[in-house]
Amino acid sequence: MNALDISQVLMYLLLLILLTPVLGGYMHKVFSGERHFMLPVFGWLEKLTFRVTGTKPEQGMGWKSYTWSLLLFNLGGFVVLFLLQLTQNLLPLNPARLPAVSWHLALNTAVSFITNTNWQSYAGETTLSYLVQMTGLTVQNFLSAATGIAVMLALVRGIVGRSSLLGNFWADITRIILYVLLPLSVIFAVVLNAEGVIQNFSGPVTVSTLEGGKQVITMGPVASQEAIKQLGTNGGGYFNANSAHPFENPTPLTNFLEMLAILLIPAALTYTYGRMTGSLKQGYTLFTCMMVLFVAGLLVSLYAEYHMVSPAGKGLVMEGKELRFGTTGTVLWTVATTVASNGSVNGMIDSMSPLTGITAMFNIMLGEVIFGGVGSGMYGMLLFVFLTVFIAGLMVGRTPEYLGKKIEAFEVRMALAGILIPGFMILLFAAIASVSKPGLAGLNNAGPHGLSEILYAFSSAAGNNGSAFAGLNANTVFYNLALGFTMLFGRFGVIIPVMAIAGSMAVKKVTPLSVGTFRTDNLLFIILLTGVILIVGGLTFFPALSLGPLAEHILMHSAVTF
Amino acid sequence: MKTLWISLKFLFFFTLLTGILYPLLITGIGLAFFPKQSGGSLLSKNGKYAGSVLIGQEFHDQRYFFSRPSAVSYNPLPSGASNYSVTSRDLAKLVHERQLEFTVGNGLDSLYSVPPDMLFASGSGLDPQISPSSAMLQLERVARVRQFSKEQRQKMIVLIGSLTESRQFICLGEPRINVLLLNLETDKIP
Repeated sequence: MNALDISQVLMYLLLLILLTPVLGGYMHKVFSGERHFMLPVFGWLEKLTFRVTGTKPEQGMGWKSYTWSLLLFNLGGFVVLFLLQLTQNLLPLNPARLPAVSWHLALNTAVSFITNTNWQSYAGETTLSYLVQMTGLTVQNFLSAATGIAVMLALVRGIVGRSSLLGNFWADITRIILYVLLPLSVIFAVVLNAEGVIQNFSGPVTVSTLEGGKQVITMGPVASQEAIKQLGTNGGGYFNANSAHPFENPTPLTNFLEMLAILLIPAALTYTYGRMTGSLKQGYTLFTCMMVLFVAGLLVSLYAEYHMVSPAGKGLVMEGKELRFGTTGTVLWTVATTVASNGSVNGMIDSMSPLTGITAMFNIMLGEVIFGGVGSGMYGMLLFVFLTVFIAGLMVGRTPEYLGKKIEAFEVRMALAGILIPGFMILLFAAIASVSKPGLAGLNNAGPHGLSEILYAFSSAAGNNGSAFAGLNANTVFYNLALGFTMLFGRFGVIIPVMAIAGSMAVKKVTPLSVGTFRTDNLLFIILLTGVILIVGGLTFFPALSLGPLAEHILMHSAVTF
Repeated sequence: MKTLWISLKFLFFFTLLTGILYPLLITGIGLAFFPKQSGGSLLSKNGKYAGSVLIGQEFHDQRYFFSRPSAVSYNPLPSGASNYSVTSRDLAKLVHERQLEFTVGNGLDSLYSVPPDMLFASGSGLDPQISPSSAMLQLERVARVRQFSKEQRQKMIVLIGSLTESRQFICLGEPRINVLLLNLETDKIP
């Protein structure tokens, strides 16, 4: 690692810190209905949407009706995406004449995209038509991202609100898409396109190679999907190799911008949170905690990746890495994409050092709260905040409070449900897969690394991340269904408790601040919160991790192979 | 029922907006301003498509510079990697073979420390570039097979220098050289 590599990392962190208040402040204006500069551009479209659909945006919803709308909306998206894949051979925009997708793969992919996981059992270029990529995957990239932000908005309104109404779900997703996701995607897609990301509707092009062979070059509308894939922390690739593919990520610059796009909105939402609660310090507290955990994981991974022992001896291992990004550009991406529930990859995590693998996996296992998915990172983090406030309350013997509202048994129960359900799913299914025939059949590597492949797959599904130790062949009935099930629980098993907390917090009385109030915006709280996150994650997963990647790390240094 | 109806209307509306109009808008902008990039940065030779600058090709002929190893032999249907773990015996075997092939093929000592990009396969299987040092190490062999004179060799060195792309914005990525472009230009050396 040299000075240029270090400056790339520092530039990344600096830009992230600088853009957070800019975008966060703008999003606050959008979500709270203040005037902002995009209103003259898309205001007419917003009004039109509300008129056509018969929505009254000012009509607030209680937590149940908000949740119900959200669930039905996602169910509709699931059905459409599922059917699109099953009938793609009969539909237009399929120049490569791809056949209909198998039912279990279609099911897995549909669940994967409505839950913002974007796990890839599919190989985009040989499985899905342009129509499915556009009207199926791209659309759900927008909608699942908007859903995540909507849930966060509802929760925050519940925390700071004075009535049982949490806002209007339809108005929220419309504004999120029209004023945040769509404009950013348009700008980003054009930049990517200019750098070489393809965007066309022509069929595959067959070229004669220099040595006289044939090569089929795949085409499609990639830039438009790539932009929202990164901005909405989705991560499902247009191509099988995801962002390692030169048509998705052609230059070091696109690599840097795509990495920035991964964390841009999740980081900015901490600032939006600060504005919504009326105390920027609350937002910065969460931002700091996330940043500390992110940088810690980054340092471990960079160290590990630059100190590997491989069959070629000591030195850089380029297996699964693209030359143009270099080791630093690949490691930085890997850490960003796993903290953020994005899940796109620009290098194959399966072939990276075991410690990089652990970091990636642990980032996901902690519940995708280090910046996390758009919206889902914030509401996941707030569950940990409730838990921390509760534990701190027990320690000092006071009724726990957060932002003036009491945290009582119901909230703690729901927070624990939201925190533990994904972990439970990971351990349960990884255990089943590692002792069953169909589970073991998918393995690409032997030894402890095989267990890592299984463990990673279910972590990725439960955390709605979507990245993979991609050697695992997951396009089987067993994995498609088991992972699909895990993704659903990992998403809605958290959203429903979060909405229930929003509903119960909304109607609580506000107690004024006093000297006895436990502060949630100082260094002490950051330390406590970080500790709680690490302890919960560590206690749940340390045994499993020690059998997989930790064991491999030790064996790697004694040059054992499998 | 009413909620279901509303959600279908929203689904339809957003599919139209983000699934059809948005990709079409980007396609339109691409056609107007970046037609080459939108179409896959294709290269023509004698009126036929000879490949894409962004997609690597496999080279076996000793007259050419070789690309990085690839898990899919540079066939983009579909792209992909080996996904071997670092403790994999299969990977160890492959790396050993590649070490031998590269050193013997290019007249190097068999223990020569070969740049890692020539020992390990890429993530996409389509990596179009190699490191400048990997190109320099192959230069002797290519020149010998082509029976190049001293002058022509000098031209090749200049060529590698001029085709080498440095880090973008000073600190992003790695220095690299496009193998397909390098081979196309080498063919043109008189």
